Amino acid sequence: MPVKLTVTGAAAVAHAMRQINPDVVAAYPITPQTPIVEYYAGFVSDGIVDTVMVPVESEHSAMSAVVGSAASGARTMTATAANGLALMSEIVYIAASYRLPIVMPIVNRALSGPINIHCDHSDAMMVRDSGWIQFFTENHQEAYDFTIMATKLAEKENVLLPAMVNLDGFITSHGVESFEMLDDEVVREFVGSWNPKYSLLNTKNPVTYGPLDLFDYYFEHHRQQEEAMKNAYKELPGVFEEFEKISGRRYDFLDLYKVDDADYLMVVLNSTASTAKYVVDQLREEGHKVGLVKPQVFTPFPKKEFQQVLNGRKGVVVLDRAMSFGKEAPLYSLVKSSLYEVASRPSLGSYIYGLGGRDTTPEMIREAFEDALQGNLIADEQRYLGLRE
Amino acid sequence: MSDLKGWKDIPIGGVIDKPATAREYKTGEWRIQRPIIDREKCTNCMQCWLYCPDMAIGGGLDGKKMKLGEVNLDYCKGCGVCAAVCPVNAIEMKSESEFI
Ligand code: SF4
Ligand code: SF4
Repeated sequence: MPVKLTVTGAAAVAHAMRQINPDVVAAYPITPQTPIVEYYAGFVSDGIVDTVMVPVESEHSAMSAVVGSAASGARTMTATAANGLALMSEIVYIAASYRLPIVMPIVNRALSGPINIHCDHSDAMMVRDSGWIQFFTENHQEAYDFTIMATKLAEKENVLLPAMVNLDGFITSHGVESFEMLDDEVVREFVGSWNPKYSLLNTKNPVTYGPLDLFDYYFEHHRQQEEAMKNAYKELPGVFEEFEKISGRRYDFLDLYKVDDADYLMVVLNSTASTAKYVVDQLREEGHKVGLVKPQVFTPFPKKEFQQVLNGRKGVVVLDRAMSFGKEAPLYSLVKSSLYEVASRPSLGSYIYGLGGRDTTPEMIREAFEDALQGNLIADEQRYLGLRE
Repeated sequence: MSDLKGWKDIPIGGVIDKPATAREYKTGEWRIQRPIIDREKCTNCMQCWLYCPDMAIGGGLDGKKMKLGEVNLDYCKGCGVCAAVCPVNAIEMKSESEFI
């Protein structure tokens, strides 16, 4: 029987990892991811899991150890945040290129500088082109559920890509909330066992990982990665369906809230969607046809789903918790480009919010909606919520 | 590169799925010049054989004496070291375009 646990988001993720019981976890603690690694180290020392835990001296080493472990054929996980992810980034690309299905929760936090330990999405956006699948989660339940689904998807034979599960630093990772935990056996059966095609430890069938791949094959290997992303996109509905069977929870590329008859939509990632849903309810009570779109899958980017839901609306505001200096904000630019060929393009507005953990209030969300309601959106103008002029 | 395989036909992730050596990797494709040995001038001193960084020059004992063999163009990358070390200037580096 599934049980309700009232714990931090970090504990929820650690429980998902415990149930997956990976062969190896190599990790370095970094705020606000630290409690995930701490909880997991507890499970290891208490003998609850049979994972080999490798406490490394930096995130660069963590990702390096994880790549070695996954190449040896072990089911492998790690977790990180912000500057830790930045320090890993060289190997993050390599993990994807070697097609190692590593699963890594990212507890989203601002990249320095100036130094800041609070939530924004600059870390996830920094590696958005690294070849990892990227999920975004609103709360404990989703962080837990997507960690399990990520494992299932990443290891599919036609995918074999690493996956990041993003959750908001402190807001989700340290906030206490109830979530439903599935039975250990149910999760174990869902993720199944991992049988890698190539293993460095298989002496009967020796392989070489990471040879030189110059102008003659590098291009072809990258084309394969693109195909794997396409396959991930094709496989996801099946994973969502199977997960619904064991959990009763139905996921999709986009979480849609009151969109059916909505003229005005907001697009926002992760925990701020909860605040936005509250504002949607308020505006609905006042008679405004508004709704919310929360992407759960960011890479592969669900372009077709965006086209379907945004085509023909009057106005769409996209909120980004990261900046792309000198260019359009990361989520906004993708949403905008996905609408290039739809029959009836909505007016669009780009809003930056919550950088470095800046609190995002219902009033700020309302401000963006009101711009849309008043027909005051300029597609090429970047606006800011909660910034002091 | 036309004889190289397409993206659908190679193992993913750059994995080499069988034991192999770099012998199969023909580095001679990079070459823009090739060494042409004048056998009349050659004294079989074996300096070029010794210095070739790619071990592309064949040869070895022929009876009691050393004898220079052929240049293996699969691996000769045209660096010109052999021509530079030859004490009797028996090696001339010629442009690959002459052999097309
Ligand atoms: S040109 Fe360079 S690689 Fe070719 S045979 Fe001479 S020394 Fe060897
Ligand atoms: S270095 Fe010149 S002389 Fe000596 S073996 Fe080579 S080609 Fe002949």
